[in-house]
Amino acid sequence: MNRWEPVIGLEIHVHLKTRTKMFCACAVEYGAEPNTLTCPVCLGHPGTLPVPNARAVEWTVKLGLALGCEIAAHAVFHRKNYFYPDLAKGYQISQYDEPLCRDGRFLVPTAEGELEVGIVRAHLEEDAAKIVHVGGAGGRIGGADYSLVDYNRAGTPLVEIVTRPDLRSADDARRFLQLLRQTIVELGISDAEMEKGTLRADANISVRRAGDTGLRTRTELKNMNSFSFIARGIEAELARQVEVWESGGEVVQQTYDFHADTGALTARRTKEEAEDYRYFPEPDLVPLSPPPELVEPVRRQLPELPGARVGRLRADLDFEAATGLVTSGRDRLFEAVVAAGGEPRPTANVLMNQFATAGVDPAAVEADEFAKLIAARDRIPRDTFLRAVAESGRPGFAAEPYLAEAAISDTDALAPLVERVLAENPKQVASYRGGKEGVLGFFVGQVMRETRGKADPKVVNELVREKLRA
Amino acid sequence: MAILREQVLHVAQLARLALTDEEVERFTRQLGAILDAVGKVAELDLADVEPTAHPLDLVNVWRADEPRPSLAADDALANAPAREQGAFRVPPRRA
Ligand SMILES: [Zn+2]
Repeated sequence: MNRWEPVIGLEIHVHLKTRTKMFCACAVEYGAEPNTLTCPVCLGHPGTLPVPNARAVEWTVKLGLALGCEIAAHAVFHRKNYFYPDLAKGYQISQYDEPLCRDGRFLVPTAEGELEVGIVRAHLEEDAAKIVHVGGAGGRIGGADYSLVDYNRAGTPLVEIVTRPDLRSADDARRFLQLLRQTIVELGISDAEMEKGTLRADANISVRRAGDTGLRTRTELKNMNSFSFIARGIEAELARQVEVWESGGEVVQQTYDFHADTGALTARRTKEEAEDYRYFPEPDLVPLSPPPELVEPVRRQLPELPGARVGRLRADLDFEAATGLVTSGRDRLFEAVVAAGGEPRPTANVLMNQFATAGVDPAAVEADEFAKLIAARDRIPRDTFLRAVAESGRPGFAAEPYLAEAAISDTDALAPLVERVLAENPKQVASYRGGKEGVLGFFVGQVMRETRGKADPKVVNELVREKLRA
Repeated sequence: MAILREQVLHVAQLARLALTDEEVERFTRQLGAILDAVGKVAELDLADVEPTAHPLDLVNVWRADEPRPSLAADDALANAPAREQGAFRVPPRRA
């Protein structure tokens, strides 16, 4: 029997960082006092009319172009009707069968080559209010005593991106999302932070026998607020479905929440989830028809996208390093340092490790000076190197003073130290001579500590061996 | 009849409305009459007419992304059924 093949599609919601809401001029801010950013439009008062935010339209077009989508000549807003206090109007203004962007593709570099993910659509809509459920069983929706509504978020612009079910593993889904996130951040249209909820992703998941082309029943997975939770949530749901099929059961269409703390999946109640939104064209808004004067400049000014840059870095680096540099926003510095003479692999290593740990802003670093540091990394003491890396983003940083702090490689200076360390540790000396060569590292470590990391480890290593042989 | 009693009940459920039997009967009659009236359009030959959701020949009516002052929280909450900690206090979703 053939193995099971995962079939995964994603629905991603991205908060645009416009100054104002989608259909009114209330400011968009996070963390403001509740209900201080509202007006009759976003509170759904009768007689008010929505007016779209031109920048939100332009940014959706920008994102659509980056996703290789067609930009609609004619796009329409629809009302999605549902009654719940998170939208005061009784409907959400969204898009239905005539979205702004459709039929795109997004290329994700992977270790095995490029993964092409089809984009069904990217459309513009408004977000709902924030609701806190109070009382009952620990603030759960079902048993709450009452709910508190803050309309500050109601009406803020959201782009919804829907992919084709082209992803074949939880890892692919995570990679796709990381690259998409980096793309969105670089386009300057959103902070796209999962922790803050400005990027949210739901997954549609099914499995089938490898080689089959049809699709089996899918489930939806919600409530995942980090890249690793998404990967773990998808893994858990895939395993659950395989188990259901293999035990002779049938997967039921259903929405699940993934609880990262316990790894558990819980099904949402189905009774009222039956989708019947009665979409119809929003009579208060005229259609959108983005003119070439809007679309073409945006298309011309699209930056080189992260996926393409990962492809370029693959000439010098392995896949993980190339992706790591791009998705952490350090690839431009990497290329500049390499252009200034830095060796690619050590440069990538330092940028992904020591540099990342020190929390330096890559944009603030002078590539020429950094390249000198990389070249000297084995000649200067370890702690000097680390200090220099940590300081490399300071204005006017120069590598020179650090390079002058050459490591102590003078054998005459180090020999007495080595002898003392050996004399102080007779047991370890005995066990080395008894055949435990691993003890060597202990001696070298002791000498390095005595010199506060200033000794050249290679020289110390040789000296220790030599003295132990004596 | 253009609409069935079950459809009226379904729409009422979607809109979270509790209707009496008398209301269900009356709305079934009234909605049916409205649908019959709109149904007249179907008697016309509209093969050459573009579908439109809008009587206006306009596109791209939008505004610049410039904030304007919002309501004071107190005014925003003036119509709230109840308030608590600056928020609208509303009944919980039925379990
Ligand atoms: Zn408003």
